[in-house]
Amino acid sequence: MIETIRKLGRWGLGSFERLGRGHIFLIHILLGIPSVLARFGLLVQQMLSVGVLSLIIIVVSGLFVGMVLGLQGYNTLVDFGAEQSLGVVVALSLVRELGPVVASLLFAGRAGSALTAEIGLMKSTEQLSGMEMMAVDPIKRVIAPRFLAGFISLPLLAAIFSAIGVVGGYFVGVGLLGVDDGAFWSQMQAKVDFSEDIMNGVIKSIVFGFVVTWIAVFEGYDCVPTSEGVSRATTRTVVHSALAILGLDFVLTALMFGNI
Amino acid sequence: MHNSKTVEIIVGLFVALGIAALFMLAMKVSNLSAFTGEGGYIVTARFENIGGLKVRSPVTVAGVRVGRISEINFDNTTYEAVVSMNISGDYNTLPTDTSASIFTAGLLGEQYVALEPGGDEKYLQQGGEVRLTQSAIVLEQVIGQFLYSQAEGGGDAK
Repeated sequence: MIETIRKLGRWGLGSFERLGRGHIFLIHILLGIPSVLARFGLLVQQMLSVGVLSLIIIVVSGLFVGMVLGLQGYNTLVDFGAEQSLGVVVALSLVRELGPVVASLLFAGRAGSALTAEIGLMKSTEQLSGMEMMAVDPIKRVIAPRFLAGFISLPLLAAIFSAIGVVGGYFVGVGLLGVDDGAFWSQMQAKVDFSEDIMNGVIKSIVFGFVVTWIAVFEGYDCVPTSEGVSRATTRTVVHSALAILGLDFVLTALMFGNI
Repeated sequence: MHNSKTVEIIVGLFVALGIAALFMLAMKVSNLSAFTGEGGYIVTARFENIGGLKVRSPVTVAGVRVGRISEINFDNTTYEAVVSMNISGDYNTLPTDTSASIFTAGLLGEQYVALEPGGDEKYLQQGGEVRLTQSAIVLEQVIGQFLYSQAEGGGDAK
């Protein structure tokens, strides 16, 4: 009995300790960001591997998500004779929810896991401690550029996802199902508000970008430096990122649209 | 790996693409390119009942959108709704005896304010008031009146 309570306590202490380490680590990263801006080449290199190479999965998923929304929305709306509103349905669902959330989930799977694995492997092959021996701060040299690259890339990727999704919805709705071209765009423009809908979506994607990259670099930096430890850290990155995205999405939606 | 110049060009294209996507969302998807309310003037109107009218609902003349509802307040002394309309500066020749009515677009559509220009020589200015107003039609009241008049008419016939 006492043993069970002790285990619970140990687990609790361990979790809090990790949480604290994560926050201290975040402060170190943020302090390291000015030195990244001084060495712009590092950031550009990371933007390539984190952002540009995630572009294909984002574009293809965005297109198909938009096309599915077009089909599903049409089938529901046509019952009410309101298929003209298809543009509104597609644009609002993408801009408010699916763009930021799905792009972040894909980003966590594609780029977040790669970041964790890379940093974890650097740690287990003692490259990070090697840098410290050479008086190079690994947080400034390795972690901060990756963090900043992810933080900048995700909002851009989410915007691309939403834009491509709207085009996909347009293909299916107007091209295949015969919704009126003018009504599709004009109703969309009448109902979608720039500051209310689009900017809130952008704010969401900025928050998700921050959280996902933070989780990814922390898990990599904090992993047990063995092959098993790296694999576990990678798994944790994807799971924790997904949970954080969906949980935060609810909180942000409630704050932005819920009138709470 | 890559030449650093190529990398920079590719990343530059990526960032440009992201910004272009945001720009497309702003211009093509949202209402940013449409009437923004800048350079417009505010006109108020008092209604007995505004039905389902909301802030940002359209204001039209002859079916053309000329502005938006910017504010809806309640007057504590006259028990009327005070609706402020932000009308685009392009349409500054509405006569002072213009009348305002609240209509519904379609059977289930949103409600909007339709302005009907009068014949006065003077034009509405910033802070002006539309005096002739017609309230929203509340479906329950119409049905109620219809049933009442049916019952009355039926009683007369006998």
